[in-house]
Amino acid sequence: MEEQKLDEIRKMVHDYVKSEYIDDDDVTLTYDTPLISSGYVDSFSMVSLLIFLENRFKIKIPPSKATPDAFDSVNKIVKLVESYI
Amino acid sequence: MAEMGKYEDRLAGFTWSIAEQELDYHPGDPINIGWHCSDRICRLGKADKTALYYEGFGGIEREYTFNDLRLHTNTIGSFLRNLGLKPEDRICLFMDRIPELYFSFLGILKIGAIVQPLFSAFGEESLFVRLGDAGTRAIITQRKYLSRIRKIVPSLPHLEFIIVVDHQKDKGLETNEIPFLLDEATPVENLELFPSIAESPSVLHYTSGTTGQPKGVKHVHYSIISQYLTTKWVLDLHKDDIYWCTADPGWVTGTSYGIIGPWSLGITQCVLDAGFSAETWYKFIEKHKVSVWYTAPTAIRSLMKAGDDIVRYFNLSSLRHLASVGEPLNSEAVIWSQKVLGKPFHDSFWQTETGAIMISNYPGMKIKPGSMGKPFPGITAAVLDPDTYQPILEKGRSGLIAFRPGWPAMMRAYWNNEQKYNEKFKNGWYLSGDKATIDEEGYFWFIGRDDDVINTGGHLVSPFEVESALLEHPAVSESAVVSKPDDINMEVVKAFISLKLGYSSNKDLELDIMNFVRKKLSSIAMPQDVEFMEKLPKTRSGKIMRRMLRAREWGEEIGDISTLEND
Repeated sequence: MEEQKLDEIRKMVHDYVKSEYIDDDDVTLTYDTPLISSGYVDSFSMVSLLIFLENRFKIKIPPSKATPDAFDSVNKIVKLVESYI
Repeated sequence: MAEMGKYEDRLAGFTWSIAEQELDYHPGDPINIGWHCSDRICRLGKADKTALYYEGFGGIEREYTFNDLRLHTNTIGSFLRNLGLKPEDRICLFMDRIPELYFSFLGILKIGAIVQPLFSAFGEESLFVRLGDAGTRAIITQRKYLSRIRKIVPSLPHLEFIIVVDHQKDKGLETNEIPFLLDEATPVENLELFPSIAESPSVLHYTSGTTGQPKGVKHVHYSIISQYLTTKWVLDLHKDDIYWCTADPGWVTGTSYGIIGPWSLGITQCVLDAGFSAETWYKFIEKHKVSVWYTAPTAIRSLMKAGDDIVRYFNLSSLRHLASVGEPLNSEAVIWSQKVLGKPFHDSFWQTETGAIMISNYPGMKIKPGSMGKPFPGITAAVLDPDTYQPILEKGRSGLIAFRPGWPAMMRAYWNNEQKYNEKFKNGWYLSGDKATIDEEGYFWFIGRDDDVINTGGHLVSPFEVESALLEHPAVSESAVVSKPDDINMEVVKAFISLKLGYSSNKDLELDIMNFVRKKLSSIAMPQDVEFMEKLPKTRSGKIMRRMLRAREWGEEIGDISTLEND
């Protein structure tokens, strides 16, 4: 996939995570900030993040691939999304 | 040798005075959980022993001795008292599992105030309802939760103090927001302890029911008698053990067995405040040489899902005793842990209202995988006929799990709700709201809830609360919330929704509704599945047939539908 397209996806996921899951405006969310292991997204909230990805990118991610590790940063999420586009 | 000795031997002639004597408590004396968990342990010569190993987000590590615990709890207690907080004031803890949470818990109790721990994932509505009901006067929190608190403060006239434990000097705080940095506070060597007695209120935990708002379960300082002895005997803690309770103190396990139980015994415990991953957890056990581990079935099933191979990369030989609580532990999990970890998990059963373990599998006793175990000594437990509230004598017949009132940690009230409290007692029994059978050998076997409350990952969710939140969404006309089966969490929240005119169902709306509930209540209460229906099934009198929807999800018989409304 083209780098430009990947950058768009990365930004989209980043902005969504920042607006939906992070209360504290002072938190700097990078593309590598741990999301699950830092507690910003918990296992229950992962379901809504999964639905966002499936809706926005018109993909279907199997439950077995939607693991805490695969969702642990914006970059990891983008890698997962890329494999299903 | 197990601390408990032989279960059958302990049943004979049991009295709670065993715990009273070991804690040097004489009926009528002052008793204070905060003091018993810190000052008393120091007086026993363990001042320099490690009380807490802490690991937080971003690799932060801290270690505190029992003397540190004594000083920090004194310092926080003194700070709160100097603000003007008084005995029996409700002080809420709303923060991550950081050391300040544990110290504040005991500091609040030392000054005789009531500690109200709330799970930090609660959204603004969940927080508002619980603070409003308790008339909470102060909340201790972190900067990152201020935005949620600020939204509800104007509607909470009792809430006078918002204490921020990680305030950065260059950031602005609003009126009533008070910075408090423990590291910069002058340690208080001597704090005048509030002379609480056995029936003085201590902890107020909120729990969800089928209908109505969440109920504040009031406990007293005397609860330590149950918590001390059950920790010692059920969790089998020896003096040199390293103990890890994975529960968050926003829930009762995290306070009864994550603070009071282990520290009243002078045991070293570990806290890991980081999200779940099998690697992180195994690494934590290896690093701290955890010997006794108390966790939840959801976590165990998640570890099972991560596979057996990963276990080989860690040295988990320090583990000596494993126990579980929160929801029924399936037999597969017990068998798995025996095979992979070399030790079985011992299931235990109790509730926010019971304050301490009531039924359990004990060290040294034969485990029947999938069983809840047997009643703790001193606890009279039965399953009752749901019509007569008489004990069922026939083995294997299901009934309501009930206990004879009178154990030390039993709740003393539902806050502001005497009627609901009285409804929990029938025919001289406390009704747990759960159903079970008893087998020929006296083992209890869990069947399920006797009401519509959803137990997801060990957390109780009220369908009423979720339905009320859903109705505030602009697109929702009607809703019914039930549980649906889940491999990891046992059950999760599912919402059936009919939409208002002008709205049509689609995936974006589904996501919007899920996030709406998550922010308002919590991620736990967020429906993991939303199903849109043109019309929800109702009785002829107009009541939504939640039972029918639940049965469908669980593949059960729908039962009598003669009252179902016809089109």
